[in-house]
Amino acid sequence: MTEAPHAAGHLAQLNVATLLHPFDDPRMTPFVEMLDPVNAAADAAPGFVWRLVEEGAADATGLRPAGEDVVVNLSVWRTQEALWDFAYRSGHLEVMRRRREWFARHVEAHMVLWWVPGGHLPTVGEALERLADLRAHGPSPRAFTFACAYTAAEAAQHLGTVEAVR
Amino acid sequence: MKDIDAIAVLQDPVRRRLYEYVVAQGREVGRNEAAEAAGVARTLAAHHLDKLTQVGLLESGSRRLTGRSGPGAGRPAKVYTRARVERSVSLPARDYRTAAELLAEAAEQAGLDAVLCAAARRRGEGLRGSAAPCGGLEEAMETLAARGYEPHVEASGGVEGGAPVVRMRNCPFHAVAERFPPLVCGMNLALLEGLIGADGPVRARMDARPGECCVVLEDSKNNEH
Repeated sequence: MTEAPHAAGHLAQLNVATLLHPFDDPRMTPFVEMLDPVNAAADAAPGFVWRLVEEGAADATGLRPAGEDVVVNLSVWRTQEALWDFAYRSGHLEVMRRRREWFARHVEAHMVLWWVPGGHLPTVGEALERLADLRAHGPSPRAFTFACAYTAAEAAQHLGTVEAVR
Repeated sequence: MKDIDAIAVLQDPVRRRLYEYVVAQGREVGRNEAAEAAGVARTLAAHHLDKLTQVGLLESGSRRLTGRSGPGAGRPAKVYTRARVERSVSLPARDYRTAAELLAEAAEQAGLDAVLCAAARRRGEGLRGSAAPCGGLEEAMETLAARGYEPHVEASGGVEGGAPVVRMRNCPFHAVAERFPPLVCGMNLALLEGLIGADGPVRARMDARPGECCVVLEDSKNNEH
């Protein structure tokens, strides 16, 4: 899918999940079986722009940039509503509902949202920095959550002010 | 407009019928259609529908109902849908929503999904009030309607002739479900599983879509998905 540059920006999302069992453990099978259909649903979802995929693979579960037992999920969406509807109002909700069967509970934030210029695809390093920012400083226009969200305009205004002050 | 004033507007029986009709359709409804359904004249229906819009119970827009456009298509008609805002009145003032949100936040932080779901399933079983599981989709719809889920039948997968599934327009836990979706939607599924009963002719499963309850009910004989 090609994307024209979009002045209002796109919403990037990263979440990390620590596996309770190795991927080939039978207890992980229901999760592994849901990967393909849920990823296909994401690709077809309204407002979907991009998701991180390992070269030669259908998903990013083989990449472990945040630790051997930590899978990362990095994607870009047109709007916050589009991401929310996919995350919580599609087949993805069933994965979320059963998350405790497969993933350790994170004490620190495990999901972060931030705005990127339209057409920009965030790198894993960039995404992990945003998560570190959220963990260190709490929600801000640079790194936020659904519960404390900023619109693209609000974030641009805040970050613009910060730039001007510097 | 205070919630209590908005709700008071529903006391008029004609208005109430019109409101309930629009809400039950789950789509935009024109004045003629609403008037016919409520058994009143079009002008009276229009008056009441506009009153319902004015107090914020309905939202109105305009659309060409014929589906045609361009010259000769006729002027756009006024259409109505349910407003998304939630109204509640409690006398004396009580704030169960904040309590529910705080409890959900604590349960989420402590990772209590399984404990919450077990409690919800037991509550559902208790509410069922019979040892036998629900006897069929029709009975299930009555049970769900009584609990505010606004059930309606749809062909599965949206395919004509597909096996019927029961979907629900309303989530009784909407406000908390929006803030803690996996936790509260999981609780809702467990509650419904308890309410319907295990190993009966009807089963509940999660099939979330925007703007509706996350669960569908279907004949347990349909095993394919």
